[in-house]
Amino acid sequence: MRGFGTLLLRDLAQFLPGARRGNTLLPLLFFLAVAMLYPFAVGPNPNVLAATGGGVIWVAALLAAILPLDRLLAPDLENGFFDQWALRGIAEEVVVAVRLLAHWLSFGPFLMLAALPASALLGIDAATLRTVELGLLAGTPGLAAIGIIIAAVTVGLRGGGAALSGLLVIPLAVPLLIFGAGSLSTGGEGGIALTAAISLVLVAIAPFAGGAAIRAAREG
Amino acid sequence: MEAPRLAARDLACRRGERLLFRGLSLGLNGGQSLHVTGSNGTGKSSLIRILARLLRPYAGEVERSGSIGLLDQTIALDEHLPLGRALAFWAGLDGPISPDIVARIGLADLLDVPVRYLSTGQRKRAALARLLGQGAQIWLLDEPLNGLDRDAVALVEALIAEHIADGGLTLVASHQPITVPGMAVLHLPDYAPGLNA
Repeated sequence: MRGFGTLLLRDLAQFLPGARRGNTLLPLLFFLAVAMLYPFAVGPNPNVLAATGGGVIWVAALLAAILPLDRLLAPDLENGFFDQWALRGIAEEVVVAVRLLAHWLSFGPFLMLAALPASALLGIDAATLRTVELGLLAGTPGLAAIGIIIAAVTVGLRGGGAALSGLLVIPLAVPLLIFGAGSLSTGGEGGIALTAAISLVLVAIAPFAGGAAIRAAREG
Repeated sequence: MEAPRLAARDLACRRGERLLFRGLSLGLNGGQSLHVTGSNGTGKSSLIRILARLLRPYAGEVERSGSIGLLDQTIALDEHLPLGRALAFWAGLDGPISPDIVARIGLADLLDVPVRYLSTGQRKRAALARLLGQGAQIWLLDEPLNGLDRDAVALVEALIAEHIADGGLTLVASHQPITVPGMAVLHLPDYAPGLNA
């Protein structure tokens, strides 16, 4: 797979938190801000917070994953990178697969880290936190895959792309949310296993769906 | 290395509702160059993208052998990176760009400057460095002279002449005059629909 490493290094340099003068940190800060504001909104009752906190972490993770979508693929199409890769025989599918990996690495592990202080703010107990962390580990690759598919589909849209991609991601993320956040109320591993299964399917589809969408956008 | 070849048979291009050109055939071998002329909107860029197989023609076929290098209005360099590092990404895929080339194109003093601070002509030179570093046999150049000063125009003409002397193949689409020995001319409006032909 020619150029895999070169592409991944460039992607990581662009998307890991702290890259591009800190812009990439914003989704994480957004995630923590939601977790911080939630107790102010629903009141300090520890039972309510502990019961609903895990779900809030999930919703905040979903929203944080949407934030970088408009920067994910569109700039590279506009600047001619995809043309140059195509001429060198590097398929769009490879680029999207690498980009998916970099996108997940740039928010998945960091969300799992940020979930630790967030769970303290929300008063979540250790057993629930474990379920949340396992659920995030199983679910965030799926969120990244949905995000990259939507980013590819909306890549040719000028302006308003960010809000639209957010709207499109949310319904597709419903299964992940139902099983991922649902595993909190049932306390079962079954929900997490289903979340992981959905994630795997999405990750497998994403490079092909994304690659086809980018080729279609280039023809436009 | 196999000699490059680029041929097109009976190409037609449609953008939206408009047919831009039709019935266009061409054949180029290594050592040959072609200047596609025509005013704005006649389909020069579309022709280049069809030949690069980035755009599907409305009708007709493209045949080619040999690696393709494309220079168009996008420079495919990371705007926020210093020029040297932005070029280094492509060097990672294509192999290193020799310092002689960088110096000849006049970029040696600009390698620490972020790409977004470069002027129009400097951006064009940077894209040219990327093209030369690629070492492709077939050059497809879309308006390569835009924004270049007189010295740089002469440089581009010299580079094309050297490329075809080395057995390469060049197709230039430009509304500006370009002087390269032995360069054929294809006037694209001749293939516009509505004319008798």
